[in-house]
Amino acid sequence: MKGVDLRIDSVAKHYGPVVALGGVSLTVAAGEFLTILGPSGSGKTTLLKVIAGFEYPDAGHIVVGGADITDVSPAKRNVGMVFQNYALFPHMTVARNVGFPLQMRGVPKPELRDRVFRALALVELQGYEERLPAQLSGGQQQRVALARAVVFDPTLLLLDEPFGALDRKLRESMQLEVRRLQRRLGLTTVFITHDQEEALVLSDRIAVMDGGVVRQVGTPDEVYERPADDFVAAFIGESNLLAGQVAGPDRVLLDGGASVTVTDLDGGKGRVRLLVRPEKMVIGPATNSFSGTVVEAVYLGQAHKLRVRAAGGIELLVRGDRPMEAGEEVTVGFAPQDAHVLRGSA
Amino acid sequence: MRRLRVSRLLLAGFAAVVYAFLLLPLLIVFPISFSSAQYLQFPPPGWSLQWYERYVDSPNWLEPTWLSLKVAVATMVLSLLVGVPLAFGLTRARFWGRDAFEKLTAAPIIVPTIVTSIALYGLFAQLRLIGAWYGIALAHTVLALPFVIVLVVAGLRDFDLNQELAARGLGASRWQAVWHVTLPQIRPSLVSAAFLAFISSFDELVVAMFLGGANMTLPKKMFDNIRMEIDPTIAAISSLQIVLVCALLALATRFGRGAGMTDR
Amino acid sequence: MTRARQVHRRAVGSALALSVPAMILLLLIFAVPLLRLLALSIEGGSLAAYEKALGSELYVQVFLGTFKIATLVTLLTLAMGYPVAYLMATSGRAWQFLGIAFVLLPFWTSILVRTYAWMVLLGRNGVINRTLVSWGVIDTPLPLLNNEAAVLIGMVHVLLPYMILPIFSAVRKVDPTLVLAAEGLGASRLQAFLRVTLPLTMNGVVAGITLVFTLSLGFFITPALLGGGRVVMIANLIEEQVRELLNWAFAGALSTILLVLTLAAFWGISRLARTRPA
Repeated sequence: MKGVDLRIDSVAKHYGPVVALGGVSLTVAAGEFLTILGPSGSGKTTLLKVIAGFEYPDAGHIVVGGADITDVSPAKRNVGMVFQNYALFPHMTVARNVGFPLQMRGVPKPELRDRVFRALALVELQGYEERLPAQLSGGQQQRVALARAVVFDPTLLLLDEPFGALDRKLRESMQLEVRRLQRRLGLTTVFITHDQEEALVLSDRIAVMDGGVVRQVGTPDEVYERPADDFVAAFIGESNLLAGQVAGPDRVLLDGGASVTVTDLDGGKGRVRLLVRPEKMVIGPATNSFSGTVVEAVYLGQAHKLRVRAAGGIELLVRGDRPMEAGEEVTVGFAPQDAHVLRGSA
Repeated sequence: MRRLRVSRLLLAGFAAVVYAFLLLPLLIVFPISFSSAQYLQFPPPGWSLQWYERYVDSPNWLEPTWLSLKVAVATMVLSLLVGVPLAFGLTRARFWGRDAFEKLTAAPIIVPTIVTSIALYGLFAQLRLIGAWYGIALAHTVLALPFVIVLVVAGLRDFDLNQELAARGLGASRWQAVWHVTLPQIRPSLVSAAFLAFISSFDELVVAMFLGGANMTLPKKMFDNIRMEIDPTIAAISSLQIVLVCALLALATRFGRGAGMTDR
Repeated sequence: MTRARQVHRRAVGSALALSVPAMILLLLIFAVPLLRLLALSIEGGSLAAYEKALGSELYVQVFLGTFKIATLVTLLTLAMGYPVAYLMATSGRAWQFLGIAFVLLPFWTSILVRTYAWMVLLGRNGVINRTLVSWGVIDTPLPLLNNEAAVLIGMVHVLLPYMILPIFSAVRKVDPTLVLAAEGLGASRLQAFLRVTLPLTMNGVVAGITLVFTLSLGFFITPALLGGGRVVMIANLIEEQVRELLNWAFAGALSTILLVLTLAAFWGISRLARTRPA
């Protein structure tokens, strides 16, 4: 089966004076994996609840496959959801948990048993039918939750920070598994997380939310390489943000006094901020060079992270491949095409 | 564990005395109930089942027993039927006056039973409900309601509401979600509430004394009997009641444990 | 009206609807009769019943006696209950389970049964007197029954679980590492208890005191059976007025006074507890 497309149209929701969603619009294509990424309190969980039907918006519409479901009760939406803590029913066995949505839909017993079996096979949990959730490991519980969310052929799959409770290794393997399952079933999926790495790895597209609004929607590449504003730049990955004034068609005069060459100006004028990712910084002379002192050096396993203090109060994060000591003199820099220009107020 | 110290031993000794104080009176009725003497005597000169036989053979004792059982079962059913929905109402929505109302439901515990009893006596006399078993059951329901509400409200407050949301999202109607997911998970609270309602009615004397009229409940019959004579039949009945309580407690522990909530 | 508002309204509506049966029951079979009883006590706008109750030495003695007994019972249950609750809450699982069972078994046993048991123990020919006589400790039976001491023993026995259980749950909530931290900071065992455990368990103590004291004020069965007519508490007085003298106005006045005293005690204790400096 194939998923259908989801359209979120100017959805607003407030709790008393608190604005949880300030008019959010998003579209998710059929079969697409969209991640909503944001810090806690950004409104991402409220948005998910509105899509699932657990909250009704004050304004706006939810349209699934062309049908407006804004006022439809959650039971009739046919949306599969995996909760943050999985919300497995502790008094039911694995088989009864997975069979629950089918039972509620009046699916006859033999067919129900067959579909439960297939769903459990899909998540590789055959033989666990009669266990209780408390007798399963965290990863197994998550597979059950996943099987339960897809067993009734939902039109949408919603995932609410499902990997938060797992340790790092397990999390990575579950991420891959979820992605594989989603592709195989062709399910339109909305995934919620505050973990930017997870978002970059899993998503077709990422919507970055903050303060109840969407700051940017784009592919992982786009939001990482060309963030729309300072918030997105700071929230996704580590960054060097250098404030300055445009001084020529390809020159920016930084606030510390240094002048740098960039390619991304497109004839703009006025104040700008330059974003350079630490891994784009090079140690040694470059087109735009800064000499300074290493203030902090951290060994990361596959790389070394340096904090370098240069003239004019500029501090730069640099990812290098050789060990250095705090206090060492160093020259660092970046190429003109590696600086991304941000406009507008900080 | 750390060193077992003198103060801890003293504490344990003190507690042993208190436990003995609590339990010895219950234990003493057993040997007396099996006494072969014609009146209260300790230690019993010999053993017999005469007092149990007297209880089982006497309609004067059995009729009050059946009446008390009937009233207690009715109280249990009624207080759950009324109390469980109220507990949902109190925990699932905020409405004006909710907290005040929740406090008010505890009032029947605070108001002395003697006061409630004579107040109801006045009303029931007018309604010609004196002597009716369901009159007593209604009054007992009011007295049991606070216990039921406290227990079920606590159960519902501990319950993870996401469970119900998950069920709704998976296609369950509001009622199906409550029936299949919520109620099974608060079963320990429901079982305790049922047990409490039953036992509180079965043992209740003062209300039954006023509202029972000529109809004797078991506690009323026992009270009159104790006042008149100290007859070892009471010891036999008391022993049976203690055994009943133990059996009910064991049942409540057995069936009240939430499935899947294995303690670790 | 938006769907969100509608849904909220419906939730409140169904919550109210669920509460209605209980509200009606409590109103008709509790609130209304109580108010009628209070009305009875001032029938015809006369306060004569209250004058009689509060003006006569005899009745004032009963009120004072009831308060004295309630106070003594509360102090005794606290002195016996706190150490037991503390020990239970700080014991291992098996001991804890056993302790709870030992407290719950009498708790669930009918008051009548327990009172009867005390009569068997304390009576003239009761277990204690018989034993002491047969051991030659005494020649003539001691008057153990039908006095205030017997009533106190019976009431403490009935009410002790009401003191132990709230304190037990309060002690169990105290994080044991706090006590270890206090000891690690140089406090002795006793100091750690006085400075950490005791203040943190005061809410349980207050709950226990409130329960025991207010329940004591309304006691009827125990004084009726163990006091042998010599110990009269307010509840016994009310019962006598209604059943033997059919004096409803006076019984209503006594009930009102008992109710007011109970509510005042209930409110007063929780208020005192709240203003207690931390």
